[in-house]
Amino acid sequence: MTATLEERPAARENAGGTPAIDRAEGWRRRGPLLPALIFTIIVTQIPFILTLYYSLQSWNLVRPGSQEFVWFSNYLDVFTDSQFRTVALNTVVMTLGSVLIAVVLGLLLALLLNRQFVGRGVVRTLLITPFLITPVAAALLWKTVLLDPTLGLINFVLTPFGGSGTEWISNYPLASVMAALIWQWTPFMMLLLLAGLQSMPTDQLEAARVDGASAFSTFRELTLPHLRRFIELGVVLGTIYLVNIFDQVYMMTQGGPGVASANLPFYIYQRAFLGFDIGQSAAMGVVVVILTLIAANFALRLIFRSFSGEQEAA
Amino acid sequence: MAVTTSTPPDTQAPAAPPEPRRRKRSAANVWLGVVAWVVGIAFFFPVFWMVLTSFKTEADAYTTTPKIIFEPTLEQYEGVFSSGVGPYLVNSVIATVFSTLLVLLLGIPAAFAVSLRPVKKTQDVLFFFISTKMLPVVAVIVPIYVVVNQIGMLDNIWTLVVLYTGMNLPIAVWMMRSFFLEVPGELLEQASIDGAPLWRTLREIVLPIISPGIFATALICVIFAWNEFFFAVNLTAANAGTVPVFLVGFITSEGLYWAQLSAAATMAALPVVIAGWVAQNKLVQGLSFGAVK
Repeated sequence: MTATLEERPAARENAGGTPAIDRAEGWRRRGPLLPALIFTIIVTQIPFILTLYYSLQSWNLVRPGSQEFVWFSNYLDVFTDSQFRTVALNTVVMTLGSVLIAVVLGLLLALLLNRQFVGRGVVRTLLITPFLITPVAAALLWKTVLLDPTLGLINFVLTPFGGSGTEWISNYPLASVMAALIWQWTPFMMLLLLAGLQSMPTDQLEAARVDGASAFSTFRELTLPHLRRFIELGVVLGTIYLVNIFDQVYMMTQGGPGVASANLPFYIYQRAFLGFDIGQSAAMGVVVVILTLIAANFALRLIFRSFSGEQEAA
Repeated sequence: MAVTTSTPPDTQAPAAPPEPRRRKRSAANVWLGVVAWVVGIAFFFPVFWMVLTSFKTEADAYTTTPKIIFEPTLEQYEGVFSSGVGPYLVNSVIATVFSTLLVLLLGIPAAFAVSLRPVKKTQDVLFFFISTKMLPVVAVIVPIYVVVNQIGMLDNIWTLVVLYTGMNLPIAVWMMRSFFLEVPGELLEQASIDGAPLWRTLREIVLPIISPGIFATALICVIFAWNEFFFAVNLTAANAGTVPVFLVGFITSEGLYWAQLSAAATMAALPVVIAGWVAQNKLVQGLSFGAVK
């Protein structure tokens, strides 16, 4: 039993390298993968190649026959567009700000939940609910029931502290959107970090306790280093998901006032579907991809590391 | 798996002594438990309030001092239905169910190929799948719109089915791969020695073992498909609109129909909240592409 278990990962890793597999067997093994692969290429890669092609054209949908090849002039326009720069900065602030706050809050919640208390399962279920709520519904909830200046719950709660009547969404549009995002993403970070805490070897913690280490130094010297991989993963995954956020911006502020709370997905949407400028929005899409590639490269490496670490452990 | 078989001797040893210690810390534990409850309720409260408001009359919902005691009514739900949510619900169900089925149809064999019987190239394919999730949707929406428009598939629910399948397939392959890796290897070896064809090995040996994992994967696909808004709002109109698109109508009537808005939002969110509660133990595994169990 143990022998077969130890052999398995090795056998898997070498499966491709062993010359014993002939071509036919290779295709038989690859075969089940092909439909999914072809489907994914068609749905995700071909549109992207088209985006590259469109980005080199001047093309507005409202003016039929306006399509012509203009090389990189769309890109030039993108980089000289001061609104684009504001929006790019908004995207960075919105994405990283929300992710980092969500990670910190998620860590605190995970530490709270990583102990025995009555109704722990119920509390966990309550906590993950914001993450599950349809983002459009959550955005509506924030815009009206929570942040409405006269009738919103937040201002009602703040009234005794003299904070009533604040027009959250008009005065702090970016922060309002981020509040909704943090509310939705803190539970995800909590779940991720809780999984990290629960994978900690208990004997180490026991040893630290026996040695009389304080809770804080145990946390700093044992827990935090162990959680590092999970925190990194949370930041990276959160960034990948949140850089694409559209629903909350669309529902809560429409990117306004001006472009004060617009992020890149919303700005490109405006250019493409309200301005019908296909060439421009395609060029912006390409720029977003290049920026994302930088982050994704880092992300892939991190996931690969977790993935190979998992194989070592298997 | 090898780790779990080797750990029992280690974990048994320290289990006995810490009993008195635990009692000493129990007072702190109780307080931290209370804190956890308070925070949990605070996070959940907006959702609770939304559900509560959905049972109010508009007059009860629209007060400067929030009302907790009121006479519950179902009139808001009736109102949502009479304002025509029906077709949107049907569209959401079609898009969710069929895209999830398609994901499983394409994803199960693919996950099988990359996990249990991999050849060298399949590992590259695995990373290709994950890299597509890092491609921002905004970068592909323009050509998708143009192409879908040209082939006359705008405002057609099957367009969303295809796109949602593409959106969820990479996550599903990675997630199911991590479940497939938990299948004992000797079972498969036995099957291949017996000369069983591939599909029978899959159906009779592998599927029963990983069916809980497949179920969790399906639930996560359901959540993403049901919640999706970006494709839906850009590619559909009156015919193929989904529930999130229906909710957009409430931004314009802001402040006037809070109770009805809450009823609509509750209806939109309820199916996925339940799916998520059921799948909560596998949620992280799915969203982290199987990197975290």
